[in-house]
Amino acid sequence: MAASRDFVSRKLHSLLGVIPLGLYVTQHLTVNYFATRGPEAFNDAAHFMESLPYRYLLEIFVIFLPLLFHAIYGVYIAFQSKNNVSRYGYLRNWMFYLQRISGVIVLIFVTWHVWQTRLQAAMGAEVNFQMMADILSNPAMMIFYIVGVLGTVFHFANGLWSFFVSWGFTVTPKSQRAMTYVTMIIFVALSVVGMRALFAFV
Amino acid sequence: MMSEKKTVTLKIKRQDGPESAPYEETFTIPYRQNMNVISALMEIRRNPVNAKGEKTTPVIWEMGCLEEVCGACSMVINGKPRQSCTALLDQLEQPISLAPMTTFPVVRDLAVDRSRMFDALKKVKAWIPIDGTYDLGPGPRMPENKRQWAYELSKCMTCGVCLESCPNVNSRSEFIGPAAVSQVRLFNAHPTGAMNKEERLEGLMGDGGLANCGNSQNCVQSCPKGIPLTTSIAAMNRATSLQTFKNFFGSDH
Ligand code: HEM
Ligand code: SF4
Ligand code: FES
Repeated sequence: MAASRDFVSRKLHSLLGVIPLGLYVTQHLTVNYFATRGPEAFNDAAHFMESLPYRYLLEIFVIFLPLLFHAIYGVYIAFQSKNNVSRYGYLRNWMFYLQRISGVIVLIFVTWHVWQTRLQAAMGAEVNFQMMADILSNPAMMIFYIVGVLGTVFHFANGLWSFFVSWGFTVTPKSQRAMTYVTMIIFVALSVVGMRALFAFV
Repeated sequence: MMSEKKTVTLKIKRQDGPESAPYEETFTIPYRQNMNVISALMEIRRNPVNAKGEKTTPVIWEMGCLEEVCGACSMVINGKPRQSCTALLDQLEQPISLAPMTTFPVVRDLAVDRSRMFDALKKVKAWIPIDGTYDLGPGPRMPENKRQWAYELSKCMTCGVCLESCPNVNSRSEFIGPAAVSQVRLFNAHPTGAMNKEERLEGLMGDGGLANCGNSQNCVQSCPKGIPLTTSIAAMNRATSLQTFKNFFGSDH
């Protein structure tokens, strides 16, 4: 009774979206939020994260590999569906469509963001308040980051709704509706956290 | 009574065979009271002349029950997939557009091949195996409250409208679609059917199975029988999650 490839890949994709990726995104936004308390607070928090023990293991197994699998399989899933919001303009169908669009936004944003920060750090640059302030002083970059962060937060919050259905937690229409409200509150709350952090750099 | 010579105009997307290119043909037919799309198609069959006055081939479609229980007559009517036998002309805006459903291969004109759905039902073993060599006597009884919701699921007529509405059922994917998922819930709810419930869940966990659902939830909005498809999907998600756990860690239940 070996489970099929489809089933295992899909379930893994779904799980990784929340654990660890969703948790990591929440944690990352929280650390960034220290920027609202000034450059020093941000630098201390960023430094603390950088100096965690077995940092490379954490980065590889909590962020990099899960993201790689979720992103690659996510693109495959996204391009397999034939979106039809023009004929079926229901809320959940729009969310289904936006989940795919935001997935592609996340992919572009995260690739660029990792290049601009983590890979630069690997090549000797120091990631600190000043680095982000320099990047975000460019209005085009600021817009790019705003879209990227909002896209990521939406993708996570709405993905969480879908996750609760995919694993069979929310079965009744009532619980699914309640979860729509809960996840939209999460979307708004994390958006506020993300936006306040971004604007703290300018 | 003097006839007012009322007419009905239909724009029909036609296709001569599975491989040929589709084209549109317009028909203007005399109006009669209480017509439905099928009686309009019958009128065209009686007198296959298009709106330009040219003689043409009769339009092909499928039908069975004529009372929305067999599901054979589904087509896209004014942009909406539904049963042509219950589509009353008086309630449709003219010109009425008719097209075959897009999710299934066209056999000819409005007739499509829904094999994909019947293959899906076979894959998930959507039946109760009771044939034996001797009479097993009466089976276990079903609680009335369960029978009530299970009855709603049994109204599925394999019409294909939910697959047509699903963004994840298409030529690029093997997804079995919402109808078969709901049928597993139906047969697993039945006390005799429950004896083979693992086999059906295994079917759902196969390639093209339930995990391909992306929760657009169009199906539940589209089903002409009002079947709670997304509740069935989520319920089967829970059942397959538990089944995976049992398969891996072991269970006597
Ligand atoms: C920050 C990184 C990301 C996080 C936190 C994240 C989170 C999630 C979550 C929680 C889900 C819901 C899973 C479910 O339906 O059970 C999901 C679904 C999805 N993600 Fe991501 N994701 C991320 C990046 C990406 C990327 C880069 C793509 C690539 C395009 C992507 C594409 C998708 C798609 C297509 C779905 C829908 C799957 C389905 O409904 O079947 N995601 N994501
Ligand atoms: S579930 Fe509803 S829409 Fe889908 S095939 Fe059955 S009757 Fe048709
Ligand atoms: S002919 Fe049976 S549903 Fe229309």
